[in-house]
Amino acid sequence: MLKIDKLNVIVKDKKILNDFSIDIKDGEIHAIMGPNGTGKSTLSKVIMGNKNYKIESGKIVFNGDVINDLETDERARRGIFLSMQNPISIEGVQNSEFIKTAINARRNTPIGLYEFIKEITAKASELDLKEDMIHRAINVGASGGERKKNEVLQISLLKPSFIILDELDSGLDVDSLKKVCESLNKYLEENPKTSVLIITHYPRILEYIKPRYVHMMVNGKIVKTGNLTLALEIEKSGYSDTFNISENKVYE
Amino acid sequence: MELVGLTKENIRKISEIKHEEQWVLDYRLKSYELFKKEAMPSFGPKYEIDFDKVVYYKNEDISDIKDNWNNVDSCVKDEFKSLGVIDSEKYLSGIGVQYESEVIYHNMLEELVKKNVIFTSIEVAMKKYPDLVKKYFGKIVSNADNKFASLNGAVFSGGSFIYIPPNTTLDRPLQSYFRINSRSMGQFERTLIIVDDNSDLHYVEGCTAPTYSDSSLHAAVVEIYVGKNSHCRYTTIQNWAVNVLNLVTKRALVEENGVMEWIDGNIGSRATMKYPACILKGDNSSGTCITISVASKNQQQDSGAKMIHIGKNTTSNIISKSIARNGGNATYRGMVDIKKSATGSKAIVKCDSLILDKKSKSDAYPTNICRTDLSNIEHEATVSRINEDNLFYLMSRGLTEQKATELIVLGFIEKFREELPMEYALELNQLLKRNL
Repeated sequence: MLKIDKLNVIVKDKKILNDFSIDIKDGEIHAIMGPNGTGKSTLSKVIMGNKNYKIESGKIVFNGDVINDLETDERARRGIFLSMQNPISIEGVQNSEFIKTAINARRNTPIGLYEFIKEITAKASELDLKEDMIHRAINVGASGGERKKNEVLQISLLKPSFIILDELDSGLDVDSLKKVCESLNKYLEENPKTSVLIITHYPRILEYIKPRYVHMMVNGKIVKTGNLTLALEIEKSGYSDTFNISENKVYE
Repeated sequence: MELVGLTKENIRKISEIKHEEQWVLDYRLKSYELFKKEAMPSFGPKYEIDFDKVVYYKNEDISDIKDNWNNVDSCVKDEFKSLGVIDSEKYLSGIGVQYESEVIYHNMLEELVKKNVIFTSIEVAMKKYPDLVKKYFGKIVSNADNKFASLNGAVFSGGSFIYIPPNTTLDRPLQSYFRINSRSMGQFERTLIIVDDNSDLHYVEGCTAPTYSDSSLHAAVVEIYVGKNSHCRYTTIQNWAVNVLNLVTKRALVEENGVMEWIDGNIGSRATMKYPACILKGDNSSGTCITISVASKNQQQDSGAKMIHIGKNTTSNIISKSIARNGGNATYRGMVDIKKSATGSKAIVKCDSLILDKKSKSDAYPTNICRTDLSNIEHEATVSRINEDNLFYLMSRGLTEQKATELIVLGFIEKFREELPMEYALELNQLLKRNL
């Protein structure tokens, strides 16, 4: 699905991603954990093709194609979805109109209005998202939790094959997190080839969406890879200790 | 037949063709004298007009006003059909259409007749209701107001006259379409709207024009009287071809407790100068102007609003949204003047500009005067470019940069769009998409 090979990204003379590599196969769930400022969010934006980040060297390969030079929208239409850490609000642009336009960007013939409304209403209620959120301008006046739910709502409607969840749990209370993860798990069950990259500070979310691999990222690269136990280890001992204890087991 | 050049003879001929009474001809000639004395505007876009080359009157041998589409010449009818006028008639109360200079079609639904509403051309109104016309005509916008108001006074042709009797509310908006369709054709329509006490009117004026290489001139005057406790909304989106000069004077006089709302969109034309005004004469009266302007290549939109507060406890609200792209210039020019007498009054001005590229320009020239300590004016202005984060967010969901920009631009003028009747909002979306 997604393979990143020795990726180097520099922002303002500072190396944010440093020979970063990862290989995510179809249907796999990976989690990346790491301290603040280690390049986790940069990674997600680089995969999505944000123009503020220049790739110095290395490759991002998606389904066999190098996508380094593809525009953001093209990456999205190929199936990459970034659920953002802090989803912004956009004045005047109606959420449903936006989502409908995004759906139609993936189709030859536009979706019928009735079909669309039916689908979006059903998915929103599944997420306990107030119907009013659908028709409001994108995230305007929305709480952090509502914004995150809106991201997941978009996942269920745009049907991506590769999902990046950047700090999904921030802004969500326990009940909402559970709800959102249930919805995501249902989606993954229905679309078993979908791969997920979870970027997170805290292992809490990993209790709900179980990753096959947990990577620890420090200073722009993965320094250690394990399974859920690694996440628990990190939670118990913190990043620096965990890193020092088992430096020899660095993921290749 | 067409009349080229601005001369006394031509003005007399226009009056003759229209079988006007002496007072109308006198008014025309007086306006012509004023026109000669007036200087061109000292502000705003610069342009040259050869007044001797402008066509001041033209008709297509359509002598009488028609009341049914079946009686209208078929090629004229086809043109309007392509504009969607005939279809939209089904949804609106009545349509007065001006094709070149003569109003060729007028239809009023029974409702209007029953309610004694008058909706006709200004020429017919001058003949049938001279006292009513004389009472207001030229009183709200004087023919000495500015050079183009004088010009209009001299050569006006066509335009609507609406009279809403006291205590009358219409179920649907009234609508009129105007169109310039000849080379160098000047269009000088004159609109007079009277909303008598305790009444309500929503008037929609639509403008479209095909493209010609010579400059066309559009110099209209719109006068609106809003009686006590009455409400009038005037909605228009002008989409003149990019060779048209659009120089328009629009003004409303608002009596006690009256409400006037201008919903004003400017998308087409080479240069537009238009500042819809409310004179808030009566106590507790209020005025709103929501205006958008979109300036693209070779276009200058110089628009805004004027609010003159005279009565006590008057309120006004100006919302202006300008979009400049592809080398266009969209400028806000507005004035709020709270007179000494207007104690307890409040005015809010909010103007935002969105500049889409480095070649384009947007300026703001607000004049805010408050002559009494017992009133206040709030002014807020922003200038922005398309926010990169917004663009990234939309594109990360698969929207192309163009589509994303389109949504952001439409979002920027959402406050305006939500005030439009549905079919107009859709038409505006199409226009803007074509223009982006």
